[in-house]
Amino acid sequence: MFEGISVEKLVAWFGQKQVLNGISMKMGANLVTAIIGPSGCGKSTLIRCLNRLHETVPGARQSGRILLDGRDIYQMDPVEVRRTIGMVFQKPNPFPAMSIYDNVAAGLRLDGVRERRRVGESVERSLKMAALWDEVVDRLDKPGISLSGGQQQRLCIARAIAIEPQVLLMDEPCSALDPISTGKIEELIQGLKKDLTIVIVTHNMQQAARVSDHTGFLLMGELIEFDETRKIFTNPRDKRTEDYITGRFG
Amino acid sequence: MTVNRYRRRKATNLLISALAFLCVAVTIIPLVLILGHLLAQGAKAVNLDFFTQLPKPVGEVGGGMGNAIVGTLTLIGLACLVGLPIGIIGGIYLAEFGQNKTGWLVRFMADVLNGTPSIVIGIFAYTIVVLPMKRFSALAGGVALGIIMIPTVIRATEELIKLVPVSVREAGLALGIPQWKVILRIVVPSAKAGIVTGVLLALARIAGETAPLLFTAFGNRFWQQGLDQPIASLPLQIFTYAISPFEDWHRQAWAGALVLIAMILITSILTRVATKGQHHSVK
Amino acid sequence: MTYSSKGVAVPAPEVSPTPVALTRSGGGSNLADRLFKGTTLLFALSVVAIMAWMAGAMLRTALPAIKTFGWHFLFTSTWDPVAERFGALPFIYGTLVSSLLALLIAVPLSLGGTIFLVELAPNWLAQPIAFLIELLASIPSVVYGLWGIFVLAPWLRTTVQPTLGALLGFLPLFQGPAYGVGMLAAGMILAIMVIPFISGVSREVLLAVPNSQREAALALGATKWETIRTAVLPYSRSGIIGAIILGLGRALGETMAVTMVIGNRPEIALSLFAPGYTMASVIANEFTEATSDLYLAALIEIGLLLFGVTIIVNAFARLLVWSVAGNGAAKVGE
Repeated sequence: MFEGISVEKLVAWFGQKQVLNGISMKMGANLVTAIIGPSGCGKSTLIRCLNRLHETVPGARQSGRILLDGRDIYQMDPVEVRRTIGMVFQKPNPFPAMSIYDNVAAGLRLDGVRERRRVGESVERSLKMAALWDEVVDRLDKPGISLSGGQQQRLCIARAIAIEPQVLLMDEPCSALDPISTGKIEELIQGLKKDLTIVIVTHNMQQAARVSDHTGFLLMGELIEFDETRKIFTNPRDKRTEDYITGRFG
Repeated sequence: MTVNRYRRRKATNLLISALAFLCVAVTIIPLVLILGHLLAQGAKAVNLDFFTQLPKPVGEVGGGMGNAIVGTLTLIGLACLVGLPIGIIGGIYLAEFGQNKTGWLVRFMADVLNGTPSIVIGIFAYTIVVLPMKRFSALAGGVALGIIMIPTVIRATEELIKLVPVSVREAGLALGIPQWKVILRIVVPSAKAGIVTGVLLALARIAGETAPLLFTAFGNRFWQQGLDQPIASLPLQIFTYAISPFEDWHRQAWAGALVLIAMILITSILTRVATKGQHHSVK
Repeated sequence: MTYSSKGVAVPAPEVSPTPVALTRSGGGSNLADRLFKGTTLLFALSVVAIMAWMAGAMLRTALPAIKTFGWHFLFTSTWDPVAERFGALPFIYGTLVSSLLALLIAVPLSLGGTIFLVELAPNWLAQPIAFLIELLASIPSVVYGLWGIFVLAPWLRTTVQPTLGALLGFLPLFQGPAYGVGMLAAGMILAIMVIPFISGVSREVLLAVPNSQREAALALGATKWETIRTAVLPYSRSGIIGAIILGLGRALGETMAVTMVIGNRPEIALSLFAPGYTMASVIANEFTEATSDLYLAALIEIGLLLFGVTIIVNAFARLLVWSVAGNGAAKVGE
């Protein structure tokens, strides 16, 4: 049984500047965990540590442990970590030189999978789970960037889940999209929960309330509170959480 | 009093503007003259024979530059074998790993190479290919032209790869694709169109090179026999004919020049149209 | 820095910095990553290797001449293949004079034209004209030479030189018979070839001047010209000087067009009407005719001189241009 992700005393720096001060939390398996907080609080940094993308920035480093299903990801090959923990970014970023089909297939193909049938099945399955299949089934060979913003983001989701990760990280996936696309993506997140563990960073509190099972509130690099979403939004324990949720600061 | 001074300043402004415009006009005049002359003289002599026939023996009228045109294309092909690998792979290094002293050195050397007279590069090719082989050859010409095209290709590749946004790279990494595959299979293909354009521009430039071929490819009155033999090329042929005393050869030189210019200009214009918007400086 | 179609280095537009440091994402595939980086490094370094090899090979083959003539090579004007006595002075003179003459003509025209294009002309006019000037740059040298032999030289012989001789013949510069071909023709053709170079680079330099500078001057009530004079030109001065020196570098090495119109006579003469010879031209003309090893070595030594001079000139110019407009590698975008 997949155990989810366990973060233990995570500290992160950009050069001399410390942006995370000892975060500890547990993202449960097959659950949606939301990370909320004002801009600059370190939410994106936290999530980028989870798939070891943080350390690719020159001057960045971190300390602490992050356990993926019991294994410390810093003892693992980062490439393997990223195959198990996928990511969807704030701005949709399909590969410009590839078609829709090729975009979804990219992860598999670059991993060495060649059999057309297997790739085709995976592409179809992923696009269906990303609620994009019906819209693109007759133009799979068109460039990925020819889609609308909302469709591109769903394409990126399909691409990420095509390699069957156990965890999907979503870094403000809807902030660049219109309300209708946002709604579609929030719907499909519920569907993805069955197979994946999802961690979503969002600055939109209503979205966190709608979509997630657990929520963590980050403020200036510290995890102020972490609890079931229901509790956070109706009866937060910390005054700062309450202030943020009620809009006293943002 | 201030009004007078202002009027004088305005007059100066007008005068300078007029002078500046004059400079531009004078600059453009030779272009118009040359192109016009090319069209007038060259068009007369260009016919099917020109493209298909070999040069006739000295003094005889007629014949063409078929072998020279083919020769130029052959030389360009050979040049690519030298220039493209170094240019493109070196460009990848500069773009991805070149933010250091080594990168600076390579860029500096590429710039110096770019400013080196092509005849000097021809001498180099002579010493390393012609001397050991003891003969002039297409290979030597190809090597010279290949070296000449390196700076253009390497800088174009570097610039185009750098234009690929960080988000595309991160998307690749986030899929668990190793760094080198991200660069080779995702980033470089994204920049492919621009790199091709840069290469085409480099080819247009070397197509017109004559000096380095004078003692490497050397020229040939016949169709190509082998890559280790001397080979004709369009600019070389134009040069030989132009300085000859024969009227008919002069006529053919104009035709050759017209064909050469047409090849170069069409390539340049096409690439310019294709990259509209990519090379704009911010004003 | 990128190269425009004419092959001159111009500052590239600013782009985001190369992101992901390879060493950071380390881990398992490190071997493949390292192999990849090593391979690309090898190819990049081959550029440096080629330059070193070029210098070495030329030095080696020119050695007989260097040993025989020593420093006198630079100061002797005898060029006698039969007696095997070689001195490069006429060619050095010819190269310098033709290039300087070219700059004299080209610099005012280029700068004036560039100022017009960047500061004064409306966009709909500036773009096509800039395009036309770049077109000038893509014309091969041999075509310029062709035009020079059959159009420019005759025109000089029949019209310009007689006129100049009549008006200014008291100056030694304009004395002597009017051949058409000669130093004047070479200088003029070089000027035409060098103008697009200087124009292109100085255009990029002027465009790199931030608008805030111009606005500061305009806000003081300056006219367009005054703005240029007080805000734009001083700011870009070293870049423009760099552009000029780049043009000089180009002129020094130009071969075909010059060979076809300079008259090819290895003599030093004061008059612009007289035929001359340049370093590049003598190599072009006599390389394949060189009958002895010493002859060839002498020619290659001239090539080595040319190489050395253009390296120095170009290196100096690049540094100047980079100081104003960045070299694309160091600048961080956004």
